[in-house]
Formats: sequence, C-alpha cells, structure tokens
Amino acid sequence: MSASQAVAPANGAATARPAQASGPGFVEFAEVEKSYDGRTFAVTRMNLAVARGEFLTLLGPSGSGKTTTLNMLAGFERPTHGTITLEGRPVDRLPPYQRNIGMVFQNYALFPHMTVEENVGFPLSVRQVSKADIAARVGRALDMVRLKQFGDRRPSQLSGGQQQRVALARALVFQPSLVLMDEPLGALDKKLREHMQLEIKQIHTMLGVTIVYVTHDQSEALTMSDRVAVFNQGGIAQFGSPDDLYNTPQSSFVAGFIGENNTLEGVVDRVSGEQCRVQLNGGGEITALAVGVTQGSACHVAVRPERLSLSAAANVGNALSATVDGRIYLGDHLRLLARLPNDQVLTVKVGPEATMANGETVTVSCAPNDCRAFPADAGTGGATSKQGRTK
Amino acid sequence: MSALQPSELDRPTLARDRSAADADLKSVSAALRRAEFGDRMRSLLLAAPLLVLLALSFGIPIVLLLSRAVYDPTIADALPKTTAALTGWNGQGLPGDDAFVALAADLKDNQAKGTAYELAKSLNARLPGARSQVLKTVRKLESADGQAALGAIKSVPFWSAPSTWPTIQNGTRSLTSFYLLSALDLRWNADGGIERVPPEQAIFIQVFLRTFFVAASVTLATLILGFPLAYLIANVPKGLAAILIVAVLLPFWTSILVRTAAWTVLLQKFGLVNDFLLFIGVTGDRLDLMYSRIGLIIAMTHIQLPFTLLPIYSVMRTIPPSQMKAAYSLGARPFTAFRRIYIPQVFPGVMAGCMLTFILCLGYYITPALIGGASDQLISNFIANYVNVELNWEMAAALSFILLVFTLALFGIFARVLGLDRLKLV
Repeated sequence: MSASQAVAPANGAATARPAQASGPGFVEFAEVEKSYDGRTFAVTRMNLAVARGEFLTLLGPSGSGKTTTLNMLAGFERPTHGTITLEGRPVDRLPPYQRNIGMVFQNYALFPHMTVEENVGFPLSVRQVSKADIAARVGRALDMVRLKQFGDRRPSQLSGGQQQRVALARALVFQPSLVLMDEPLGALDKKLREHMQLEIKQIHTMLGVTIVYVTHDQSEALTMSDRVAVFNQGGIAQFGSPDDLYNTPQSSFVAGFIGENNTLEGVVDRVSGEQCRVQLNGGGEITALAVGVTQGSACHVAVRPERLSLSAAANVGNALSATVDGRIYLGDHLRLLARLPNDQVLTVKVGPEATMANGETVTVSCAPNDCRAFPADAGTGGATSKQGRTK
Repeated sequence: MSALQPSELDRPTLARDRSAADADLKSVSAALRRAEFGDRMRSLLLAAPLLVLLALSFGIPIVLLLSRAVYDPTIADALPKTTAALTGWNGQGLPGDDAFVALAADLKDNQAKGTAYELAKSLNARLPGARSQVLKTVRKLESADGQAALGAIKSVPFWSAPSTWPTIQNGTRSLTSFYLLSALDLRWNADGGIERVPPEQAIFIQVFLRTFFVAASVTLATLILGFPLAYLIANVPKGLAAILIVAVLLPFWTSILVRTAAWTVLLQKFGLVNDFLLFIGVTGDRLDLMYSRIGLIIAMTHIQLPFTLLPIYSVMRTIPPSQMKAAYSLGARPFTAFRRIYIPQVFPGVMAGCMLTFILCLGYYITPALIGGASDQLISNFIANYVNVELNWEMAAALSFILLVFTLALFGIFARVLGLDRLKLV
C-alpha cells in the first residue's frame, strides 16, 4: 500500500484511489459536496475510497471538513451533491440507524442512566437479540477492552480511559463492518492517549474491522493508520500511507502539517527534469525536487530537520552557511537553531554528542532530493483551490 | 490519607508510635472540627436575618394557626362552672340539675363580660342552630336568679335535646380532634367511635378530591403543552431560544390577578374565545366557559405553564446532541432512542416540573374564586371563607393542616421514588 500515491489532477480537486482495492472500494465518496448555507462549502468535490479492513485516518486542522465527512458517512448529515456508497450500495437516503456503522464519539456519548453492561448491550437490545445472547456478547466485548469487572458501574464512576473503552466496546459489540471514530482520544492525557492508540490498533488487527478515524493530531495519524487523507479547506490535500505523506508531501501544506519542517522562501531560477534551482530570498541558492513549480514563480522549499546536517562536506549538494543560535536538549538528540544570513532560523536535528556552541559558524547542508520545492501561492491551500466560491 | 495510613502504621518501627500517632490524629481531627464549626457558625450568622424573619413571619404564625386546629379553649374558658359540674358525668342522658345551674351562672357571667356571642358562635360550629338558642337563653336569664334561672334554662327545649350536653362536654375539653375530623367529614358518635357525617353535611372530602382532580388535570395539561415547547427551546439556536424563553416568561412577570382577570374577559359568554369558536364553526352555540371547570383548568394551565416548563428545559439543555446521535448510530430508531435514551434523562426534570405545578395548584385561590363556579371552589377557597367570612379559624386551621399533610406526603413520595438529589428544581 505504500506504493499508493495521490496526484493532484488538473482540475484542482484531489482524487484518491486506494492502490490495494480491487474493483469498487468498500466505502466510496464520489464528487461529494456539503454546504450548510448554500454559499460556502464545508466539503468540496471529494472523491475518496476506503478499502475493506483498512485503518484510514482523516487528518486536518479544525474546520477542514473531516468531521463533516465523517458525519455524512454516519448519516447525520446529507451531502448536498454527490454519492456515498457502502459496499456498493448508495447510502445517501439511509438513516443512520439503518447503516450498521459503529461510531465512537469525541466525548464518548455514553448513556449516563445505564450501567456499563446496559450501554454495551444497547445496540444488541434494539436489534431484538435474545437476553442470553446479549449477556454473552456484552461479556466478550467487555473482556476485549478489559472492563469485565466494571459491568454494573455507571459511566460516571469510570475514568476517562475506561469510559473510552466502554464506548469502543459499544461501537464494536454489534459487529459492524465499519467503525467511525471522531477524535476519540482528544479528551485523554498524553500518556493514556498513546496507550489507547495501541489498544485501538490491536483491536483493529484482531477484528479486521474497517476503521475511519478522525483526528487533528498528525502523530496519532502516523502511528495508527494504514492510510491517511489530509484535509485542508474542505478537500483532500493528499491521500496516502504515513510514509508517503511524511517523505513525499505533495504540497507545502502537507509538508508543514505532517511532522516538523523548515520552510525556505525563494524564486525558481530554472527547472531541469525533476530538480530545480531556487534563488532564496535574502541570498543563497539551493537545489530541490520540483513539485509542481514553474520557472520564475515564487516557491517554498521544505526540508525536514533530520535531513539537514552540519558537516562541512560540500559533496552532499546544498550548503548554506549559518550561525548557531541555540541548543535544545532532548535526551536522545539535540536540536540546533541555525540562523541564516537572511535571519531565518533553521532547526537541525543532530546527535547528542554535537559540540557546536552558540555563535559558532557552521555549514548546514542537505541532499537535493531531501528538499522539496512547492508553489508558494498554493502554499496553504494544498492541492485544493481556495474555497468560498459562490453558487 | 486513608490509603496511606494503614501501611505506615503497620511498619514495625512505627508500631510503638501508634498510640502517639492516634493521639496526634485525634487532636488534628478535633482542630478540624473546631475550624469547621467556626466556619459553619459564620455562614449561619450571615443567614441569621433571613432565618429570624422567616421564623417570625412564617414559622411561628403557621405553628400558632395550625395549633388552633387541635387546641380550642373557647368553651372551656367561657363555661368554667359547667366544666367543673360535668367532670363526673358519664355522658348518658341528661346531667343533673347542678350542671344546669352551673350553665345558667356561666351564661350570666358571659353576658356580663360581653362574651356571650363568642360562646354562641363557638357552640354553633359544633352544634348547628345553637347560636340563636344560646342568645335566647341568655336573654331569658337576664331577669332570673337561682331557682328561677334553672326553670328558665329548662324551659328552652334545646338544653334538653339528647345531643346538646355531650357536645358541651366535648367542647369543654380544650384539646380536641373535632375540627380535624370535621375536615375529613368525620365525627365522634355517641359511643365514642368515629363515624362519617351524614351525606348532606359532608363537603370537605369532595372538595379535597376536586382540588386534587383540578391540580392533576392542570399538571397533565402543562406537561403536554410544555414538554414539546421545552424540547424546541432546548434545540434551537441560542438567539431564538432566548426569544422563546422570554415569550414563556413574559406572562410569568405579570400579576396572577391580572392574568386571571384577563381570562375572565376572554372566557365570558360574549368574550373572544366564544366569538372565535363560533366564527370557525366549531360550536353552534356559545359555551359556558366562565364559572365552569373547563374555564378554570384553561386559566390555571396558562398560569402554571412556566413552572412545569422551566425545570424540564433546564434538564433538556444539559443533554448533549451526541446522546441521540449515539443512539441512532447504534441502531435505535427515533422513537426507541427517544423512549430509552431521552426520556429517562429528562425524567428528573419532568418530575420536578410536574411536582411544582401540582403542589402550587393545590393551593390555588384567586383563579377558582374569579373563574370557577360554585362547584369549582377549591380547598383554599373554603379555608379563606372560614378565615374571612365565618371567622371560624379552628376549621380553617384544620383544613390547612390536612392540606399541608397531603402536600408533604406527596413530596415525600416524589422524593422517595426519585431521590431528592435527582430532583432538579431549577
């Protein structure tokens, strides 16, 4: 699946097709649009296919349309245009209670007047499952999230993490083929969140269920997902594996949103094949991979802190002279702040043994293939054009 | 603290210090108690003016008034000689002549003191028709002394009627259950047992039942009208919700007297409601909405609506929309989700609102007095009548006492069923 890679088509709307899915996807969005007021679009012309059994994350800043997308899939919102299909069947006219999709909410939405067992048993009891059957399946579901002994408690008597696990058990107990999760770990502290990430991942592997997961936390998306759709301003900026997104971002937005990045502004001097030569603002020149840039246009060059090095060897390609402006100690490594002559500060990740002192002059270098030059005008817009067009 | 304590004390090196530690703990908790006591006193002091005001203007008058229901010394005070003469009497037939003589002397004393009318009224409450007999006897006694007085009193047949002397004897006991029993249409019979009063004298049970029926009808009507409105207000955008809340509260800020008067204008025979009903052709004739049960319930429902609605609304507002979304996503149809997820969560608010309205309706006075007909008067109207017109405060106290007991019992049942802490009044 790492081979799958999104390409920005000429019309500006992002199209993403899973490489592994044969035939139509398990879930498919075709040209889906959603507008609340008829003028601005929460989601524009979105095409997205989810393969059976995969863990797909919708990642983006708030207001980027990811939750709207999830709500349309769950049935809480109707698309104003386009079709959503689930297992080849259009579901646009299907109310949420007929979609058989499990959902975990941001604040869990456990029923406060029911015990843990009654909460988990609720989806079964509305499906007219027999009492004995419910008890057995609720028991297994609570076992899976290791809450068997808390069955007769009320949700308010549980900790945040435990409530989260009850919500998970409740969304899985009726064996939906698709489970949606809307920032389920947002309310937990960092340590618990990391623990729950692993737990959810394990359950996904164990049950083979398809999960569509919404988050604004890029590290969570990278940790958990098979594939990630990066949302920006109502459209998909890029769709691919975590590896793709991190190493070959297709836009300045994705490069900036996923992981850490240094951005250098400049003008494209000339494009030759895959590479281009960029004249940096404030002096200096750099060779970078050309990602949709044309000669003479303003561009952003993105380079990861760990791809920069402070060796003086000039044979690696680009070399910029800079002054050490600060050291940030992080235990297993050091971050050096290197100030360029134009006063821009680059972050460089080096080993903890690095000895450079503040004020020392160094040469920052990197390979041209680690630098990616994106058009500056679409800098934050990603592959999708600006929204807010009128109908 | 409590989690740490045992393990620390169980350490062998610390065990010998245990008693010292215990003593320390005791002094710490004593100091804590002292500090808390001081805090409590200070906060009590802040509330003291209110508490004093409540005690003086509310607590003490209520206790004094209610005590009249069981303590009535009027007859005993007015007839001290008769009271003494009747101490040995067994209540059968007529008492001896000494009782008649004592009564004559007491009546003359009362006449001299100017308290004869009061006595006559008090006896009349227990023995209908006694007032005129007492006053007549007093007039006859004016010119009679000694043996003549005995003759004068015996010449009035009222004093030889079989029910007169047992009633007087009963009346001479200051602590009495007479009024409380009367308030429940009961009385002592000649054998010392409790019996129902004859149907033509029974009124209060019917009035209590009527009061409960009207209160229940109004409660149900406000719930049926208020629940959907509360749901609407809780689920529309904030600005619109504020406008709707003001619309609900606006009549709430008007005097109850004004609103009742407005309803009399609307409901009368040639009023707007009848005009409208005729205009749209629902009825062929003008309805008697004024001075009727239905008019009373309509007006009371209008006045009580905010009381039922606001507690329900305040609970509904706390239920996040994700609750219903979750129910839908788990496969519940809208009605199932409503019944199993929404209703149980708003139930405390519904109970609080209904209880508030029901209990307030039990005490309604102005609206039934102005809109209800003669057969629509509630228990408060009777209490007011006894206080203002009949000047029989004992009966008023007894009826109030019964009403208070019913209301408290009802509140107790509500609290028991629901738990007082779950009752969301505001």
